Amino acid sequence: MQQRAPQAPAVDPREVERFRELADRWWDPDGPMRPLHRLGPCRLGWLRDQAVRHFRRSATARTPLAGLEALDVGCGGGLVAEPLARLGARVTGIDPADDIVAAAAQHAELAGLPITYRAATTGDLVAEGRGFDLVTALEVIEHVPEPEALVGDLARLVRPGGLVVLSTLSRTWRAWLLGIVGAEYLLGWLPPGTHNWNRFVTPAELTHMLRTQGLRATALVGIAYDPAQAVFHMVRDTSVNYMLAAVRD
Amino acid sequence: MSYVAIMPSEAADRVDVVVVGGGLTGLALGAALGSADIDVVVVERQSIPRLVATTYDGRVTAIARGSKLLLEAVGVWPHLAPQAQPILDIVVGEGGSPATVHYDHREVGGEPLGWIAENRHIREALLARLSTLPSVRLAAPATIAEIDRDGPQVRLGLADGRTFHAALVAAAEGKESATRAAAGIGVRRWDYEQTGIVCTLRHPRPHRGLALERFFPDGPFARLPLRGDRSSIVWALRRDRAALVTALDDRGFLGEVADRLGDELGDLALEGPRWAYPLVLVWADRYVDRRLVLVGDTARGIHPIAGQGWNLALRDVAAIAELVVDRVRLGLDPGDAAALERYAAWRRFDSLVLVAVTDGINRLFANDLLPVQMARNLGLAAVERLPVAKRFFMRHAMGLVGDLPRLMRGLPL
Repeated sequence: MQQRAPQAPAVDPREVERFRELADRWWDPDGPMRPLHRLGPCRLGWLRDQAVRHFRRSATARTPLAGLEALDVGCGGGLVAEPLARLGARVTGIDPADDIVAAAAQHAELAGLPITYRAATTGDLVAEGRGFDLVTALEVIEHVPEPEALVGDLARLVRPGGLVVLSTLSRTWRAWLLGIVGAEYLLGWLPPGTHNWNRFVTPAELTHMLRTQGLRATALVGIAYDPAQAVFHMVRDTSVNYMLAAVRD
Repeated sequence: MSYVAIMPSEAADRVDVVVVGGGLTGLALGAALGSADIDVVVVERQSIPRLVATTYDGRVTAIARGSKLLLEAVGVWPHLAPQAQPILDIVVGEGGSPATVHYDHREVGGEPLGWIAENRHIREALLARLSTLPSVRLAAPATIAEIDRDGPQVRLGLADGRTFHAALVAAAEGKESATRAAAGIGVRRWDYEQTGIVCTLRHPRPHRGLALERFFPDGPFARLPLRGDRSSIVWALRRDRAALVTALDDRGFLGEVADRLGDELGDLALEGPRWAYPLVLVWADRYVDRRLVLVGDTARGIHPIAGQGWNLALRDVAAIAELVVDRVRLGLDPGDAAALERYAAWRRFDSLVLVAVTDGINRLFANDLLPVQMARNLGLAAVERLPVAKRFFMRHAMGLVGDLPRLMRGLPL
């Protein structure tokens, strides 16, 4: 994508349209977002562990993130925003697609969770001068045309002493095989065209982008699918799915 | 635990889990969840004084080592230990046959093979623990008017007007479960056409921690050691024979017992009344439904012969507690489809194995045909001579084999 829409830098309208069509089925565990539901416990576990360590909270507390302001970028139906809210954080979820944000807000209301959802981009929030203690962007960076711009916005949205957590797919042949050929075409987990391999970012590239923006990467972990147990779990190998935490000193 | 004292008009109360049924299993689930600060309300039809009365339930329960680890991990064991009799040896054999299997606790590391406790003592211990847990409430006596599981949360209405909102309902109502029936979950039943006769005996000579299980053509007979020079008799009889035995006066009854038990414990005396229960296997078609899990006997009520009923139920308790606690600590909904799917997959296999094994044992021993009898004798003798196989069976009976939840391994949640 060559040109940037003025209000929506770092957003690809075709990507937004593709996800907009999924708004109604975001919370169906057997629907098109099935892999994200499966991925949920694993990536939330790592996210929580990074947050409780960074903010010196207890991992077994009921609301370990109480008192923290969190931003979930590319929130979709709220699969990350809702758990963060249950863990005690005051959560804002943003997504460029207004239908998705409306569906997310409705779901949170039924669950009785006070989450602020907005159809907005990171650029909008930067322009408003907003700041957060915890900024998450899970499975987002591989969908934007300019990852550097997104990382720059994340760096501006996290307060000094705050934490940024990202997850994405690496640009390796294994990620192409498992993440695109496997998940989209063979297993039918994701609609074909969900991912574009050329937009995948390696951990080294991401770490470099973060450093350029003043964020220091503190932890990196791989995520692998175990077909026997039908669960995702943490591994050292970061060549397919991985998560990365960074702090703003 | 606190007793619910909310005015009927007050707004709905939010909890994580509603446990329907305050029997041994429901109370244990309350204790396990409450130990991890999960908000629970346990709804029980009966009043508490009635549940712990000596006349309410004459039965005893075998507690396997894995179950004891769970009871320790959730803080119940200290309340129960003084009342629980350790089993040091188990002798299994056929009435009048020389072939027996002898399980000695010294073969598996010197710890007792299990414990026997009276149900009312277990209930008292569970209630004592619950009284120390602030996140657990007991609504008893209380009748359920309505359970609505169609919305984003479960809404539970009690007959007295109180309402609770929860993420998950756990039905622990025993073999006959109204909640299971209302959810449209069918059950398969197998009537053993046997009656279980239960009573407590006093005897002048000590039992030395020995449990005895003997198989007779008309049904299995077990003597389980209790604290003090007492034993519990669990005796399954064909229904026609049972009718004759239960009709006997106490003296005649004790004579029948002595015929099967021998005289090594001296003159037997009855303590308290005799009870008779029909023996029926009940197996639910599914263990889960929308925001509903079945626990213990409500999921499957097995033959009491191998003493595994509550042990299996506690594995359910441990699995549910682990799933709920892990999901709550991640900020996930503990009653959503993913949690239920995991529970069903986790528990199904375990139950299948035990139902098959206990049912198989009973059928084998209830058969009087000569070839079957020979196979039995050979089988028992073979188990006795193969230490590896024996240790495996012992460890399984003690609840230490399989994909165990953390609590069954004695680990905290």
